Amino acid sequence: MIGLPRPLYTALKLAALAGVVAILAVLPRFMGEFRVGQFTFVGIYFIALLGLNILTGYSGQISLGHGAFMGIGAYVTAVLTLGRKGLVLFGHHPPHWLPLGDGMRPALTIPIALVVTGIVGLLFGMPALRLAGVSLALATFAVAVSLPTVAKRFEDVTGGGGGLSLPLPETPFGLHVSAPHWLYYEAWGCAAILFVVAWVLVRARVGRAWRAIRDGELAATASGVSPALYKTLAFGVSSAFAGVAGSLLAIQVAFVNPDTFPLSLSILLLASVVVGGLGSLSGVIVGALMLEFLPVYAQHPPLFGQSFSKQAPGVVFGVVLILIMFAVPAGAAGLLRRIVRPLTKPVPTVSD
Amino acid sequence: MPLLELSGVEARYGPIKALHDVTLTLDDGEVVALLGANGAGKTTTLRAISGTVRRSGNVSFGGRSLGRRSPESIAKLGIAHVPEGRGLFPELTVWENLRMGAYVRGERKTIRAEAPRVLGYFPWLEERKTQQAGTLSGGEQQMLALARALVSRPRLLMLDEPSLGLAPTIVAEIFRIVRELNTEDGLSVLVVEQNAKIALESSARAYVLEVGRVAVEGASAELERHEGVRKSYLGY
Amino acid sequence: MAEFAQQIVSGLASGAIYASLALALVLIYRSTDVINFAQGEMATFTTYTAWSLMHHGMSYWPAFALTLAIAFAGGVAVERVVIRPVERRPELVIVIVTIGLLLTINATIGWIWGADVKAFDSPFPNNTWDVHSVTISVQDVGTLGVCLLTVFLLWGFFRFTTVGLAMRAVAINPNASRLLAVRVGWMLALGWGLAAVLGAVAGMMAAPTVFLDPSMMLVILIYAFAAAVLGGIDSPAGAVVGGLSLGVVINLLSRYVNFVGTELRLPTALAVLLVVLIIRPQGLFGHKVVRRV
Repeated sequence: MIGLPRPLYTALKLAALAGVVAILAVLPRFMGEFRVGQFTFVGIYFIALLGLNILTGYSGQISLGHGAFMGIGAYVTAVLTLGRKGLVLFGHHPPHWLPLGDGMRPALTIPIALVVTGIVGLLFGMPALRLAGVSLALATFAVAVSLPTVAKRFEDVTGGGGGLSLPLPETPFGLHVSAPHWLYYEAWGCAAILFVVAWVLVRARVGRAWRAIRDGELAATASGVSPALYKTLAFGVSSAFAGVAGSLLAIQVAFVNPDTFPLSLSILLLASVVVGGLGSLSGVIVGALMLEFLPVYAQHPPLFGQSFSKQAPGVVFGVVLILIMFAVPAGAAGLLRRIVRPLTKPVPTVSD
Repeated sequence: MPLLELSGVEARYGPIKALHDVTLTLDDGEVVALLGANGAGKTTTLRAISGTVRRSGNVSFGGRSLGRRSPESIAKLGIAHVPEGRGLFPELTVWENLRMGAYVRGERKTIRAEAPRVLGYFPWLEERKTQQAGTLSGGEQQMLALARALVSRPRLLMLDEPSLGLAPTIVAEIFRIVRELNTEDGLSVLVVEQNAKIALESSARAYVLEVGRVAVEGASAELERHEGVRKSYLGY
Repeated sequence: MAEFAQQIVSGLASGAIYASLALALVLIYRSTDVINFAQGEMATFTTYTAWSLMHHGMSYWPAFALTLAIAFAGGVAVERVVIRPVERRPELVIVIVTIGLLLTINATIGWIWGADVKAFDSPFPNNTWDVHSVTISVQDVGTLGVCLLTVFLLWGFFRFTTVGLAMRAVAINPNASRLLAVRVGWMLALGWGLAAVLGAVAGMMAAPTVFLDPSMMLVILIYAFAAAVLGGIDSPAGAVVGGLSLGVVINLLSRYVNFVGTELRLPTALAVLLVVLIIRPQGLFGHKVVRRV
């Protein structure tokens, strides 16, 4: 007799979640600062992938410009952290009408990056989303390729090709943790909050509307769901998440330039979300780990004792992406579910 | 030996079984009608023959089993299937549609050899050659579909509800041409129809399908007098 | 005035390159119903192939012809191996597969040929003609000529040959085509092959000016997208007209509007794309979009 009743399955899921949280909370104690930095990146990617999964996995649209929206968040944080004084100090001439302030604490720019990027996403989404799915992919693709050139063009604010350097990260509020640890907890703190937000969203009315649109736009329209409205909303939410991720990234590396957010980042983000599992929030963690660590291990596979080309990760990502679409379109999460489900299927009662 | 022979044919769309056990034959040079209500399996029977639905059981044509053959290779054996909805290419011209009919036997030489004969049945097509097929009226489209099938000089012509949505005079015209093709060229025809009256008048024998099985079969003239058939399909 | 005319000619030359790639996208869109995001990388790969052939001593035009043959075979192979398994799956799945292809091919190019920029020979002399005080570069005229000739030959193929006719029929109604003994799968593969040939032409014509590097077609691909959408994504004629006009417009804007300059060419193309899609979602020549449900 294998198989677990439904409440037990839910409890198991909650326990697993609690376990992951606990591991993440104590993880930095057991590793060096470099490793902590890597896991900070995992947290940042986790946030970006949550947003992308809402867009692609739940509302069924493809964005190839997610990295570009991260870039917008990063620039917001960089510019606000430096403030007008900082920009002038570096020899830039921001226009007078921009409300720049005199420099802020990096952590405080995160919510601003969220709002600004979210609004940009909504504004971009409004026209782009009146179109069929492929057109959005096209338009976002163009955004991803355009962003670096736009950043270079408006160098008075963005620092042009040279980019903007931020003050080195330090622990605020007189807390007794080292800077890398602070950045780690900052990133994962944001990740936890946004995970809950995403969890609530996909289970609320709006989440049902997204899934309805994904599974058939005409049917969704017929049942009173406005595809344009909800698609725009999904795009705004996903952009806002990307903005937070970009903001954290800028704080983490203390530097932003147009090449920090190339098209390849956007494409790898999409690949990772597919690997983790479209329409699965917990699968996102797999995607984030893969995005951070696959480039390292694909280039220097642990067992081969030799290094491959710098291009190896790209080939691996591409091939894995195609194979997943062939075999398990639901990604890692789908695979896990396929293995676990037979064990957790409610036991059919014999009598009764 | 019959030209076409189906025995114990089953067919399904995914989990839904559309044919349970169909057995029928058609001799060379014969016109056979397939009657039945909506959902009885008439269209599926044609699809089972042309290989466009998953099927089991025995289907043979000219002594050869069609078993696992693809629709393309079945078409090459000389079966021309004018499907439900006619299967025209609306954005191609009338002439290009006819050329596609010749594709199965080598487009260039076949269209040159067959076009005069086919245009003899449908002289008006000549002036409409360069018109897009989608701009023809429903009756004209049905005739174009028929003409396209004839260009391939098939051994068996299968028509799926040629009368659907057409005015009675046009239906009569189409069946007149079908009878003429049969008597003059000896063309074998398997025709699916809702319009039982004209189908029985135009055919030698007929089968009546009910929920995926042959319910009644016999000479068309007899079926016209058959009480059940009369009540259910002829309406008197 | 003379300079204006010159700008138009060079705009037409780059426009012809966009048009070729746009036509490739349209070909695949018509038969497979998806946008092939790997179209640009496929073109880059074949352009590198041409570079290798010439590097090993082949002269230009034989290398050009051989590259087209390789591109054709490659396109057919990609369809058979990578696209066919997902042919009947949702649009999202096929698009993701083409993105996987983009990633794989891009990285493979870097792996084989390295990431540094390479010079690529042009078959045309590097001089100019003076026509009524208008200076026209031979390079531009040659590019325009090769691209338009390719498009013209392709048009003839679709218009006059049996296989071309069958390919058009398959794009309109694959099920009816099958009943007429057309091998639909191979027609689709053939479409991918021809699209790859168009891409190869675009790549080899673009390479002398943009130079060879693994991302050389990225920007061109976006112009091609914009051109295809501008013309109506399912209209071959629209893709050509869209490509040529986009080339001219972008060239004039970046020359005469200071704000646009060279940096904002691409965002301008993006803006054109969005505006067209809002005003006329089916493009200039396209049919009304029928959404798949």
